[in-house]
Amino acid sequence: MSIIRYEQTQGKSLGFYALIAGLGAFILAALGAVYFMEHNGHHVTGMSNRIVWGLPHVFALFLIVAASGALNIASIASVFNKKVYKPLSRLSGLVALALLAGGLMVLVLDLGRPDRLIIAMTEYNFNSIFAWNIILYNGFFVIIGVYLWMMFERRMNKYSRTIGIAAFTWRLILTTGTGSIFGFLVARQAYDAVIMAPMFVIMSFAFGLAFFILVLMASYKWTARPLGNAIVNRLSNLLGVFVAAVMYFVTVYHLGNLYLAENSGVENFILVDGGIYTKLFWYGQIILGGLVPLALLYSPATKGNRTMLGLASALIILGGIVQLYIIIIGGQAYPMELFPGKEILEGYVGIAAYTPTLPELMLGLGGIAVAVIAITYLVKFLPFLPESLADDVVDPHHKK
Amino acid sequence: MNKRQTAVQMDKNLNRREFIKTTAATTAGVATIASGITLTTYANVASENPVTNEKRWGMLIDTNKLTETDIDDMIDACQEEQGWGSEILSTGDQKSGWIKKIKVKDTATDRISNLALMCQHCEEPPCVDVCPTNASMKREDGIVLVDKHLCIGCRYCMMACPYDARSFVHEELTDQREHMPRGKGTVESCTMCVHKVDKGEQPACVEAVDSDAVIFGDLYDSNSKINQTLKKIQSAQIRADLNLNTAVRYSGI
Repeated sequence: MSIIRYEQTQGKSLGFYALIAGLGAFILAALGAVYFMEHNGHHVTGMSNRIVWGLPHVFALFLIVAASGALNIASIASVFNKKVYKPLSRLSGLVALALLAGGLMVLVLDLGRPDRLIIAMTEYNFNSIFAWNIILYNGFFVIIGVYLWMMFERRMNKYSRTIGIAAFTWRLILTTGTGSIFGFLVARQAYDAVIMAPMFVIMSFAFGLAFFILVLMASYKWTARPLGNAIVNRLSNLLGVFVAAVMYFVTVYHLGNLYLAENSGVENFILVDGGIYTKLFWYGQIILGGLVPLALLYSPATKGNRTMLGLASALIILGGIVQLYIIIIGGQAYPMELFPGKEILEGYVGIAAYTPTLPELMLGLGGIAVAVIAITYLVKFLPFLPESLADDVVDPHHKK
Repeated sequence: MNKRQTAVQMDKNLNRREFIKTTAATTAGVATIASGITLTTYANVASENPVTNEKRWGMLIDTNKLTETDIDDMIDACQEEQGWGSEILSTGDQKSGWIKKIKVKDTATDRISNLALMCQHCEEPPCVDVCPTNASMKREDGIVLVDKHLCIGCRYCMMACPYDARSFVHEELTDQREHMPRGKGTVESCTMCVHKVDKGEQPACVEAVDSDAVIFGDLYDSNSKINQTLKKIQSAQIRADLNLNTAVRYSGI
């Protein structure tokens, strides 16, 4: 492999400023939405005592899950010693940090009392998966920060593998923790399944990589740097494997639930007659977020086409958001089984209604904007991106 | 240099570091004294009436004796006592509901039962397990409460509660009960009228029912009516399969 030279992006073009301005507008809108929701209270949202976590949680958890997955590229290079991915390691760490920052922002700003964040940082209940997650998220920032330093600082390079292994282990625990937020909830029919933890890990692989590919292709295109097929096609294949793995886990999760009589109600709700949730599941999550991307990634007609790879990545992200919507909102909308063998006529009846409001959507989108603006700025100030990822630079065996 | 000039000179000399030092010292001082006062206050209350795990407060609701009017009276009494239910901006499911009337029909026999559902004050409360900041907590005598000063409004407890017993305050509130501070953005639920129980009284909802359809007392005390009744009759816990060992028991369902 030739020596990889990293260089900052120029960040002076009209396009750069337009991007910053556009993202800035989204962030301002998100802050406005937060002010509106916090000032009035959550009654201005679609959330209620039945749907306690709404659209902001969908975005927040998507971003947090994707964050740990975005780190995979660096892990493949350092932990599994695949040299071809090494030039992408710095960007991988950056995307991971940025996504996590965006996700946590949404999560915190949707709290009933975001002003009490200091309590969350100082009062810990170690029986709570949430409290563990707070530690895991903060630790993730620290570990990736150190990891990036090891990668940037030449004399520290020799430690980057060790810290890379630590970061990989940490991220696995982190996503397990995120999945367990739901997996360990015994009360609700849709949750209470330990498989949710590994399923979230696999989801993170797919969502994080899809986001990473979009960032990579956009930044190389907009800065007119060479990006060869050797890298892109590898990432594309990997993405396909991850998407298939997510679908496998989704299948096992639903089959497992279907087998248990106590969960047949909620399965029927999601898969057959749940109205919007059923439509979202089949059209959004399975077809648009799974089958179509797989076809785009593997069919001979579209394989190797960058536009199609971009489209597939975008669909995977969209499908991922839909999947979390079904898990989080659908899982709450279906009533808890309070009295097995009895029908509740009054007091706690039926499917809970939820209509997301604009401020909730703006807060969620603001999280994505924060992540993208952080990446855009940081690649301008620090040398995250190799000046070339042409095939002969990244792959010594490449035949011209 | 006259006095006034000296003062101005001193003001200028009071640099940032000193300012921070002074402020920090003052703040720390005030905080220490204030927390001291608070602790003393709590300590006094506690020493008069220690809360121990030798008691476990519980409730037995007999759905065969409990009429629908009784349940309505229980809800009214709870609202009156604790001050919830007057939310104006919250809609439907957003309104607080510390205690609810539940009507169930047996799918095989069509038998209809009515019951009052509130926090079941579990021995192993899932809400306490999941609360990241220890705001959800269980007293030694089994009463499950939310510390409104520690609650950050994450709503994880509401996700975890199998009884839909908790409410999130969706709007700004006015005119609250002195003994029950409630706040926008925090979670609340039945306190088993801990403020009355600690004074030797019964929860408001229990007082509201004339018959013995609802019995309140110490589950552990073999002389208590609730203990003796539970020894005699069949009773059930809602979602007994979860093994949470609830303090609120039902008979007739």
